[in-house]
Amino acid sequence: MSVAANNDIDELRDLYRELILDHAKAPRHFGRLDDATHTAEGINPLCGDKLRMYFTIDENSRISDARFEGSGCAISVASASLLTETVIGLDTDRALQFFAAMVDRLSGRPETKRGIEPAVGDDDLGKLLALEGVKEYPSRVKCATLAWHALNSALRQSQQPVSTE
Amino acid sequence: MTTAVSGRLSEVAASTDRIDAARADFPALSQEINGHPLVYLDSAASSQQPASVIDRVAEYQRHDHANVHRGVHTLSHRATEAYETARDSITTFINAASRSEIVFTSGTTGAINLVAQSFCRPRLREGDKILITHLEHHSNIVPWQLVCEQTGAELVVCPINAAGEVDVDSLLGLMDGHVKMMAIAHVSNALGTILPLEKAIAAAHQRNIPVLVDGAQAAPHMQVDVQQLGCDFFAFSGHKMFAPTGIGVLYGRESLLDAMPPWQGGGDMILEVRFDGTTYNELPYKFEAGTPNISGAVGLGAAAEYLLALGMDRVQHHERELLEYMTGRLQQIDSIRLIGTAASKASVQSFMLGTIHPHDLGTILDHQGVAIRTGHHCAMPVMDFFGIVGTARASLALYNNREDIDRLADALLAAREVFA
Repeated sequence: MSVAANNDIDELRDLYRELILDHAKAPRHFGRLDDATHTAEGINPLCGDKLRMYFTIDENSRISDARFEGSGCAISVASASLLTETVIGLDTDRALQFFAAMVDRLSGRPETKRGIEPAVGDDDLGKLLALEGVKEYPSRVKCATLAWHALNSALRQSQQPVSTE
Repeated sequence: MTTAVSGRLSEVAASTDRIDAARADFPALSQEINGHPLVYLDSAASSQQPASVIDRVAEYQRHDHANVHRGVHTLSHRATEAYETARDSITTFINAASRSEIVFTSGTTGAINLVAQSFCRPRLREGDKILITHLEHHSNIVPWQLVCEQTGAELVVCPINAAGEVDVDSLLGLMDGHVKMMAIAHVSNALGTILPLEKAIAAAHQRNIPVLVDGAQAAPHMQVDVQQLGCDFFAFSGHKMFAPTGIGVLYGRESLLDAMPPWQGGGDMILEVRFDGTTYNELPYKFEAGTPNISGAVGLGAAAEYLLALGMDRVQHHERELLEYMTGRLQQIDSIRLIGTAASKASVQSFMLGTIHPHDLGTILDHQGVAIRTGHHCAMPVMDFFGIVGTARASLALYNNREDIDRLADALLAAREVFA
C-alpha cells in the first residue's frame, strides 16, 4: 500500500478510533428493556440508521438502566453504546446536560439556545470525546448525535420519533 | 434531424473523436477531493456535465434569455428558438415520431406523476390494477400508490429473483384483464438490472395494456429508440444524462397525449382563456403550464447533442467493458458481497463489504477521493428483498476508466484495514 494510503488510514483512524470500533462491533447494553419507563426512537433517513433507546427512571429521577436496539453505522451504534454507559446512574437533569454538551461539542451549535446550560466539562465527557472526530465529517455529525437526540426526546417524554434530518 | 441539430452535432463531434478522451470534456472531474484526484462513481444519482452543456447554458443566460412563446422582441424569439431547438434534439435523441410527443417536465418524477394523474386517474375504476415491478425507484411506485388511493385501483408488484432480475413469465402471468397500466423501469437504479422490455411491452400490448417506461437510468447509458421499444410513455431526467437538474422529459405517443386532459393549468398551456371556458393549447404545450425551465431545456438539448455526437453505441460498449472489469476487480476482494448480479446489466454495482455499514464505507472512500452512493437508493423495497438497510453503490458513466475502478478497489482495501 502506498504512503498516501497509509496517511489516509491514519487520518481515518481519528474518526474510527479503537474505542469507537470496539463499541460498534460489540455494543454495550444492546437489546430491548422490557420495563423501560421512557423510550424514544431516533431515525436518520439519509443512511437508514434506526435506533430505539430505552431508559428506566426510578422515583428519584435517576436513570437506573439504559439499553438500545436497532441498526446503524459504526458511529451511530458506538455513540448509542457509549451513551448507555454514561447515563446509567445519572439523574435526568444531569443526563440532559450531557445531551446538550455532546450536541454542542459535535455539531458546534450551542445548546444554550434550547434553554439547557451544558455545564459539562471535558473531564466529565471522558471517553465520549472519542466521538469528536466526526467534527471533520459534517455529514456524519448526525450519526453521532442521533442517540443523544433520542435521549433528549425520551426524557422529555416526546412520543414522536426524532429525526436528524 | 433539423439542420440546426446536425450542425451542432458536427461541431461537438470534432472534440469527441474517441470516448477515452471524453473524460476531459467534464471540468468537474479534474479536481482533487481530500488530497486525491476525484473518482466520481455516483453518476446514477446525478451525473457531471460536459463543458459544452455548461457553456451552452451560460451562453443562453448571458445573451438569449427572455420568456418563451410570448414577446415579439428579439430576445424572446431567441429564447423560444433555443427552447424549441432543444426539443428537436431530444426528438432525435430518443427517435420520437414527432416533436409534439416531447413534453418538458421537471424530471422523471414529474413525468410519471403527469401520466398517473392525467392518463390513469380518469380511466381507473375500483378493481382495476396497475402493474409495476419490485425493482422500481420510489418515483415509479409512489405516484401509482397515490392514483390507486384516489381511484380504488390496486397496485400489483412483480417479484424479482435473487440476482435482482424480473422474470418475464412472472410479469406476463400478472397481466390479467384488470391491469390498466404497466409502469416499469428500463434499468434498475439500485442494481443495474436491464429489464426485458421488448417482451414485456409486446405482451402488454397484446392485452391492450399501456406501458410507461421509467428510462432515467437508461438514457445516459444506451441507445433509446422509443418507436422500436414500442412503449406508450417514456420518462427521463436531464441531470442523469449530463444536463442540469430540474429538467426532464415525458415522451408520450401522440394519440394518447392528445386524448389526455391537461394536468396543471396556467399560462402557456392555453389558446384562449375566458371565464366561461378555456381552450387548451396544442401538444406538447398543453402539458407545459407556466414559464418552463428554459435554461434547463437548453442544457438538456446540449447534452443530447453531446451524446449523439459521441455515439450511444460507443458509450454502451465502453461501459460494458468497464462493468466487466469492475465486477472482476470487486470479486477479488475478500468478504465482498455483490448485490444485483443480473445477466443483463448496465454499469452499476451495489455491494456490501464484510460487516462494514455502507455509510461508514462511503465516508472512508470519500476520504480517499472516491465518491460512491450509500443507502437505500430510493428503492427501499429492493433493500427489503435482500434483507439489508442499504448498500454501497458504484455507478459508472461514459467518463469513467479502469484507473477509477483500480482506485475504488484500493480504497475498499483501505476500508477493510481501518475496520480490521
